[in-house]
Amino acid sequence: MQIPVEGFMYPNEVELQWSVLIVLYPFITGLVAGAFILASLERVFQVQAVKPTYRLALLTALAFLLVAPMPLQLHLGHPERSFEMYLTPHVSSAMAMFGFVYLWYLLAVLVLEIWLDYRHDIVVLSQTTTGWRRLIYRMLTLGSTNVSPHALHIDERAGWLITLIGIPSAFLLHGYVGFIFGSVKANPWWSSPLMPVVFLFSAMVSGIAVVMLLYMVLNWMRREPIDMRCVDTVAKYLFYTFIIDFSLEMLDLIHRIYEADESFRSLDFMVHTKLYFSHIVVQILLGTVTPIVLLGLTQVAKLTDLARKRIYVLSGCLTLIGIFAMRWNVVIGGQLFSKSFLGYTTYKMGFATREGLLTAIVLTILPFMFLWALVKLLPPWPEKAVLAEAASAQ
Amino acid sequence: MTMTRRQLLILLPAAAIAWDSILAGTPEASPNYEMAEHWWAMLIDITKCIGCGSCVRACQLENQVPDGYYRTWVERYHIADWEMEYPKVDSPDGGKNGFPPAKEAGGKNFFVPKLCNHCADSPCTQVCPVGATFISPDGVVLVDQKYCLGCRYCVQACPYGCRFINPQTNTANKCTLCYHRITKGLTTACCEVCPTGTRQLANLKDPKDPIHEFLRTHSVQVLKPQMATHSKCFYNGLDGSVR
Repeated sequence: MQIPVEGFMYPNEVELQWSVLIVLYPFITGLVAGAFILASLERVFQVQAVKPTYRLALLTALAFLLVAPMPLQLHLGHPERSFEMYLTPHVSSAMAMFGFVYLWYLLAVLVLEIWLDYRHDIVVLSQTTTGWRRLIYRMLTLGSTNVSPHALHIDERAGWLITLIGIPSAFLLHGYVGFIFGSVKANPWWSSPLMPVVFLFSAMVSGIAVVMLLYMVLNWMRREPIDMRCVDTVAKYLFYTFIIDFSLEMLDLIHRIYEADESFRSLDFMVHTKLYFSHIVVQILLGTVTPIVLLGLTQVAKLTDLARKRIYVLSGCLTLIGIFAMRWNVVIGGQLFSKSFLGYTTYKMGFATREGLLTAIVLTILPFMFLWALVKLLPPWPEKAVLAEAASAQ
Repeated sequence: MTMTRRQLLILLPAAAIAWDSILAGTPEASPNYEMAEHWWAMLIDITKCIGCGSCVRACQLENQVPDGYYRTWVERYHIADWEMEYPKVDSPDGGKNGFPPAKEAGGKNFFVPKLCNHCADSPCTQVCPVGATFISPDGVVLVDQKYCLGCRYCVQACPYGCRFINPQTNTANKCTLCYHRITKGLTTACCEVCPTGTRQLANLKDPKDPIHEFLRTHSVQVLKPQMATHSKCFYNGLDGSVR
């Protein structure tokens, strides 16, 4: 397959190394980190208004975290050797730390916190359900069936402590993803100390947006009223985090334009041509400025509940599109120009190939299927509803 | 000379083993090679390169480099006048078959052979998640093909575009400085065939190596010195426009 090239590329640069799957990877881990940070608002910072989203945020984080390593595995030339990263990690490599950060976050933070938070429900469900569901819940209790007030108090304190540890862990998880790109000195599009911070704030933006959307959609599907105080608060956090994120990205942009170093001419050309649509139109105008303006409107104008709901859904969707575009522009954009700054290549995405569009679509849908299973298994609704559902299932 | 059937039966397996060894290209043993006595580098004299592409062809043959990928290649630069920041560069098929006549009249044209710089502080080895790529004690950046994950982080990290993923092995690949040859007292394939002596393999630890005299008496530069990779490919006559 002939790949169109403009100007001069080093001969080994013509073919892109990191595909759409590597775009998905920071997008998915960003959703994990963001959703967890939203959950921690209630737990650690005592923002009671967002309580209805707490459990949903945790389950969302888990569903996406389970999928996070899949694009990486599919991308490797030798996936069967990936376990070597645990056995013989190369300590100077940022990527080598992935396995450890991932396992720490998955097992020490997320799974433990969810288990502690759900333990009471699991014990109740293991006693009220029948058949295979009962078996599953009994296994999930891990033999810990004490639900006395004292035991639950210990759960509560332990959960609080884990969330406290979880916040820097979430920062670590996504900050480190930004570092993987930001520390590549050979690539001026990536190489920036701001990269981990930008990745982190964009992660928070996307995570908050996805939980807000999921909360509204799930309540609509269950025909339950949406707690407007809750979504207003979540939207307020989304708005403020978005402003910080956008400011950081603009700071990076202005810095690059003003410094105009040797790479600037090449990068500027790329942004005005190959990346114009995905960067200027989708990421900045559609995916950042529009949701910020819309969310800002809800902060200053008195709008009806229905109008706010519509704005939140629209802003949430645009935000996710914008953050995905940001990941795309970083990963794909960073490979479209030559390190000689003299030419540009083209990204040709396959369809039904190992790293093609179809795989990317499946990997995007998969976390939602995991979330569906998790929501069925561990309903994130208030306990009364859980018990009522359990009773009706009998 | 007559040969009995018994002698023939003895000789045939020996001949088969010898022939197999020739076909497999089994390297000779190098018992006299001391890693600690070597610190390999390469000297490239741009003023001598004629862009014939022999080095590229020799490298591809010697190392079975797949078509469309390059362990070494040659670039042709054209600089019209003072705008040296924006040179015109081409490298059709990595310069493997030489170059067509230059389209641009006037200005200056010159050829720049490229290969892995075998950096002493190589960004590619820094980022490898499992240490499959490493710097040998004698200063050559190598890849363990049986250990590489094929994550491609090293390809991204190389500032010179010297690495690629070999589609046959799905692992990172690059110039090994013909390690299988230089440890046997031979020079690299590219140096061997260069008709003008543009490329010269050098051992920086050998005080008698002519490179020392050359470095003392010429203005020598490395590619992208701002990357601080401590490249060991030294270029004589390197124009400021070369990236």
